[in-house]
Amino acid sequence: MSTESAIHTNPNVDTSRRRFLTLAASGMGVVGGAAVVWPFLASLRPSAKAQAAGAPITIDLSAIEPGQKFTTTWRGKAIWVVKRTPEMVASLTKVTGDLIDPESAKSTQPEYAKNGARAIKPELAVLIANCTHLGCIPTFRPEHPAPDISANWEGGFFCPCHGSKFDLAGRVFKGSPAPVNLSVPPYRFANDTQLVVGEDQTAA
Amino acid sequence: MGIVANPYKTTGFMGWIDDRFPATKMWKDHLAEYYAPKNFNFWYYFGSLALLVLVNQLITGIVLTMHYKPGAETAFDSVEYIMRDVPWGNIIRYMHSTGASAFFIVVFLHMYRGLLYGSYQKPRELIWVFGSLIFLVLMAEAFCGYVLPWGNMSYWGAQVIINLFGTIPVIGPDMVVWIQGDYSPADATLNRLFSLHVIALPFVLVGLVVAHIIALHEVGSNNPDGVEIKKHKNDKGIPVDGIPFHPYYTVKDIVGVTVFLMIFCAVIFWAPDGGGYFLEKPNFIPASAISTPEHITPAWYFGSFYAILRATPPMFGSALPGVIAMFGAVAVIFFVPWLDRSPVKSIRYKGPYYKIALGLFTVAFIALNYYGMQPPSDFGTLISRIGMAVYFGFFLLMPIYTKLDSYKTVPERVTYEAH
Repeated sequence: MSTESAIHTNPNVDTSRRRFLTLAASGMGVVGGAAVVWPFLASLRPSAKAQAAGAPITIDLSAIEPGQKFTTTWRGKAIWVVKRTPEMVASLTKVTGDLIDPESAKSTQPEYAKNGARAIKPELAVLIANCTHLGCIPTFRPEHPAPDISANWEGGFFCPCHGSKFDLAGRVFKGSPAPVNLSVPPYRFANDTQLVVGEDQTAA
Repeated sequence: MGIVANPYKTTGFMGWIDDRFPATKMWKDHLAEYYAPKNFNFWYYFGSLALLVLVNQLITGIVLTMHYKPGAETAFDSVEYIMRDVPWGNIIRYMHSTGASAFFIVVFLHMYRGLLYGSYQKPRELIWVFGSLIFLVLMAEAFCGYVLPWGNMSYWGAQVIINLFGTIPVIGPDMVVWIQGDYSPADATLNRLFSLHVIALPFVLVGLVVAHIIALHEVGSNNPDGVEIKKHKNDKGIPVDGIPFHPYYTVKDIVGVTVFLMIFCAVIFWAPDGGGYFLEKPNFIPASAISTPEHITPAWYFGSFYAILRATPPMFGSALPGVIAMFGAVAVIFFVPWLDRSPVKSIRYKGPYYKIALGLFTVAFIALNYYGMQPPSDFGTLISRIGMAVYFGFFLLMPIYTKLDSYKTVPERVTYEAH
């Protein structure tokens, strides 16, 4: 006779008490095990140091020429500041019909940048440079025409990784693998020449 | 209670061991008295070669870890230090980087052998499932290793692959930050991928390889005829078409190892970057968050899966379908034992449908791999979409075409001519 059946045939054993104790011990084991997992998973979040490095940055606009793109980084992401010429601003309305999301309804931007120019001031575009497809950095292609990109190119951004095309407001063209427009980070103007990226504009 | 004497009647030192640990038993079960079919052909080299490459990766990896310094500030320089200043460092690093490519070559051929001879069919389903898991872990291991030199391709490769998780609705963007441990691939990301690459994944990989081999030795090896050698045993219970793995196949495998090492060493000595495919040129430039390489390509062995990712159009304003298709292309491999409804195992006795399907799949896989490595183009996308349809068609339509196929009669015993 095996040991196990000896236990089960022993009339002195209170099996319901035993079952309760087994369930209670296993239940506590599962709860305890799950609780122990948490610190390990949470330890993978950005550290205090990484969070501090993610603080807002200030950009001096007086150094940027009209038509020029300035690149900096915030939270390790490349940030573009483009001083758009009046011609560049005018190009934005010409391409509207070819865009996936011209009104930026499905795209990521602060409420104050949810307009045709995707900006607080039409002459200044602030964009996160990562392609919304898989995070590559598109190239700045302000020149037009550019037949190597498309027949009616009005200037914009072209992603060399997978061929996504964006206009000068970071709005994605139809036929691109990127599903939505480039994101706009939170930003505000400290004064006429100081741009702060990483903080929302509080009063319009 | 005394020791139960071991059944092998070993005496002296081995007897003492065998009374306490099944050393002789393991030697006999897995080598000296593991009976493998006598009709193996060259396709059967790739299993032992995969094991050889695994050992190569472990040994070179241990040595590289002694010199490599993980960290965004130190990683790139320490790899260059290994290349220039560590005695034999360049050879050891090239053994490891070429080994990664060799690993995928032998594993692809090893898996293809399974498709040729139905090595996944009953009772070998679990061998195939363990093998598929090995392939999955190998892909993760290769990705982590690819990031470690922290060159510009490492950085942007990490960016693209980690951002795949960002396509998951709702939790995606937060998940990317959690995986990276920062708001972009950074020091924390590199260190955790290093930890996975040198501890967690090799540990899992070796465990799966052991499970793969234990499962194989439990049911016995398949062979190019797909007949069960255990059906015909002699009076000692030994399969008449079987030969002991050692010395017959250990010696045969040495021949395969020799040919393999000739090619492997030639690459290490004279073409260690594999023409820009084994080590990509942009990865000789340090990582930069603000300058993307002109053309981000994955390592060559991910080409097919990358082509599937790129060829899938976004749906509902999300790139998630492409990610699902890419992971689906790996996941579908697990189900082959249950998708194949053929009454026979080997392609030798299968009908035209399976042969055509496997032929198309072979062409599609190579085409996908090629276009996955090319810059995006309309033609490449078209070919990739056709290739993707063939890839998934091969697996998902398998229950239909293997059921409709005609089959030849399988011989009772393996076909074999003594040389």
